[in-house]
Amino acid sequence: MKKLLTTTAAATALLMGATGAQAEGKLAIYHWFEYIPQELLDKFSKEHDVEVIMDTYDSNEAMLATLKAGAIGTYDVAVPTDYMVSILIAEGLADEIASGELANIGNVKSGFSDPAYDPGLKHSIPYQGGTTSFAVDTAEYSADIDSTDIIFNPPEELHGKINVLDSQGEVLALAAVHMGIPQCSTDRDQLKALNDMLQAAKPHWASFNSDTAKEVLAAGDVAAGMIFNGYAAKARETRETLKYAYPKQGWVNWMDSVVLLKDAPNRENALKFMDFLLEPENIAQVTNFARYTDVIQGTAEYIDPELASMHESNPPAGIEGVFVEACNAETQAVYDKIWTNLKK
Amino acid sequence: MTRQRYDIKSYPGFLQITLLCLFVLYAPLIVVAVYSLNASASIAVWEGFSFRWYVDVFTGPESAKFKTAARNSFVIAIIAASVATAIATLAATAMVRGGKFRLRAWSFGLISLPLMVPEIVTAVATLIFFNSIGFDRGLLTILLAHIAFCIPFAYLPISARMQGIEDSYEQAAQDLYATKRQAFTKILLPLMLPGIISGFLLAFIISLDDFIITNFVKGAGVETLPTAIFGAVKQGIKPNIMAISTMLLGFSVLMVLISYLVSRTDKTS
Amino acid sequence: MAGGATSGGNAVTDTYKEARNWLLLPAWGTLGIMVLAPVLLMLVYSFLTKEFRGGVIWEFSLAAYDQFFFDRGLFGDDPAKIEWTYIAIFWRSIWQAGAATVLSLLIGFPTAYFIATRPEKQRVIWVFLITIPYWVNLLIRTVSMRFLLRDEGPLNSFLMTTGLVDSPIHMINTNFAVQVGLFYSYLPFMVLPIYAAVERYNFTLSEAAADLYANKWITLRHIVLPAVKPGVVAGCILVFVPSLGSFLAPDLLGGAKNFMIGSLIEEQFKGNAGNWPFGAAASMILLTMVLIILVIYARAQARSDKEAG
Repeated sequence: MKKLLTTTAAATALLMGATGAQAEGKLAIYHWFEYIPQELLDKFSKEHDVEVIMDTYDSNEAMLATLKAGAIGTYDVAVPTDYMVSILIAEGLADEIASGELANIGNVKSGFSDPAYDPGLKHSIPYQGGTTSFAVDTAEYSADIDSTDIIFNPPEELHGKINVLDSQGEVLALAAVHMGIPQCSTDRDQLKALNDMLQAAKPHWASFNSDTAKEVLAAGDVAAGMIFNGYAAKARETRETLKYAYPKQGWVNWMDSVVLLKDAPNRENALKFMDFLLEPENIAQVTNFARYTDVIQGTAEYIDPELASMHESNPPAGIEGVFVEACNAETQAVYDKIWTNLKK
Repeated sequence: MTRQRYDIKSYPGFLQITLLCLFVLYAPLIVVAVYSLNASASIAVWEGFSFRWYVDVFTGPESAKFKTAARNSFVIAIIAASVATAIATLAATAMVRGGKFRLRAWSFGLISLPLMVPEIVTAVATLIFFNSIGFDRGLLTILLAHIAFCIPFAYLPISARMQGIEDSYEQAAQDLYATKRQAFTKILLPLMLPGIISGFLLAFIISLDDFIITNFVKGAGVETLPTAIFGAVKQGIKPNIMAISTMLLGFSVLMVLISYLVSRTDKTS
Repeated sequence: MAGGATSGGNAVTDTYKEARNWLLLPAWGTLGIMVLAPVLLMLVYSFLTKEFRGGVIWEFSLAAYDQFFFDRGLFGDDPAKIEWTYIAIFWRSIWQAGAATVLSLLIGFPTAYFIATRPEKQRVIWVFLITIPYWVNLLIRTVSMRFLLRDEGPLNSFLMTTGLVDSPIHMINTNFAVQVGLFYSYLPFMVLPIYAAVERYNFTLSEAAADLYANKWITLRHIVLPAVKPGVVAGCILVFVPSLGSFLAPDLLGGAKNFMIGSLIEEQFKGNAGNWPFGAAASMILLTMVLIILVIYARAQARSDKEAG
């Protein structure tokens, strides 16, 4: 018994050490999976003598849920997509950045310094921009892939070989593009048609996965899958026959942003980190790793030249993508219902 | 005495089914152990034998994450199992050596509650609880949750053992003017030791194993081995995960062996 | 581990009668605060109003249970019909857990019987072999299973190189994979209680049956099975209950395509839906179902004890 107590005491001391000792000089990041190179975190850690801890999520909605379920006040920054930035602001989960707090904010390219989701960049800085559509293994299906029919009305050959992102915002936005209806529609016939269309498409899908979106394509577990453009480029490195689609109906555009969170325990370090990511050399490292696009001036000289010519980063001219919209509570309830119907 | 017409105990096919059962239980583990020695960075092809992924676990880019996660897991499991074992030992004494009392059935119900409530329900309830009292989530929230659900796992072997010990030893000690406390610490506890160790080991493994509850109550940047592994495998099974899994398999086998040896010394004494 | 719980030794004595409340206090306190209170609080939450995008408003509401049981159409203003969505999810979970239980029983019973009829020294080794996988992290076991069952995984390559099949059998992301995963996760829970029961079984009964010229299988069906029934029932419950609320197997082996109870609840707190009262209500319904099963079991157990005694 005595031994048990001493062991317990020793272990408790260890635990306190694990939590208390390094309380100074920390930075807690809540980030997408596989979205920042470890070397860059190490570099920040070294330059500013800060211990960086990072948790990852696989959808904007999952991030919001975790923050609301008590994680707010434990993370310093998160990296949501445009529409989720505006939701975080509306929910009061984002902290305000006073002017002058970010030395490098002027590095943001002029077209991106006053986005609709965060006017005047008061809570966030742009991180990476890209598109969401899908990739197809052309060895399995060689006909034209540039249509959302591939996912929502798939040809015989792809039945049962499709992965869909487990993310309500992106799936329903792409579905709206497919049907040519507005997002956050309140038109009952449109909503019913959307529900029916998804119900008809689901039997042809193999799985709902976001974080394995690349893996299932690269490993050949599915022949087509919804995916982000840069992630598709990485999948193509393993399986050359994968081709990212720019459907004629359109696709989903997005801009992920680093948001300063409310009650950030290490606000100073969070701002340092944001400034760090506004330096061309650093954000370029993210771009080279994630294979999307950044909107910081002066990154050109650091960027992998291959990126510019990649099929994935060159949407065809003449077709527009859409940004995901945040709906109001009443409309959102209907979309939530459609999503639950889909996953039941 | 009539001669038996057949061996009444054995049934045809049962041996084969037992072997099938063992095959199903072990095939995935063996496959993972074998593939952890694959030289290739891809899990799909075999490129020859290598220990590189074991080296990678300790020195690779993710090593820091896994080291922290392993330390968290073991610290939490040691503390949670110790505290739960202490609580369970006291509770078992009351339940087995405390006579019959009105709250006995209720107490037993409360102690076995974590076994009856599905894990996902406990996880959600704990999340709501911490959230509503504004308790900051971190290692401490994981620890508190683990202590609670480890109690019944520690309690079962301990109370089973205590029921197997005659209380005549303690009676004798008290006849020789030992106090109740002395009878407890000097007589009962040493006799109980094998049961306490079994209870501790079971609680330890249960804590080390837990994913669902930990995932719900963990705080920023606090990973245990299961949550770290879950995060890693969600993006595809990598060879370094197989190496970690194989090491944990080895560790588990070691623990079972210890527990087996402890129970054997128990029989010979 | 708990096999010898009831055998031998003395029953309840009252050596520490005076101290029993103090001895129980830590257990009462810890479990009362960390398990009972949270479950009761969850019951309260299931009757609160949901806050948009996660959280609750402290106003009484039956909306969560209404959403569970009644379908008011896509827009919430059709006349109420029975909502089959969530009942179907529960039914699917029950079915999957049931299939996994039957599968475990079919394999687990002969295994347990076989082990229990080995010479005593061998038994320890067999039990040891059965329990080792259970000590391996459930997550790792599920991941291993996923790796094994892939279209291009070891099992399919084995089947194809040996010429047993021409093209890979598609197993991953199917209900079958989930059932196999659940079966595999909890199989030792089935084997151990049955093993304990068969070990206690008095084989002179089988001898008597044989003397009366009963066929082997008739003996098994009418003599052995009734005698070891408590072990079988305990095994079934130990497999069924955790399978019912499982979360890893559907997520990693089923492709997260269809909700099971566990993933439905998880989604309310960590995923897209953000509907806490509904998640709490679904949890309460699951908990009630499990408690009903356990009460029926306890009643049956008490009755058979009375008959036996």
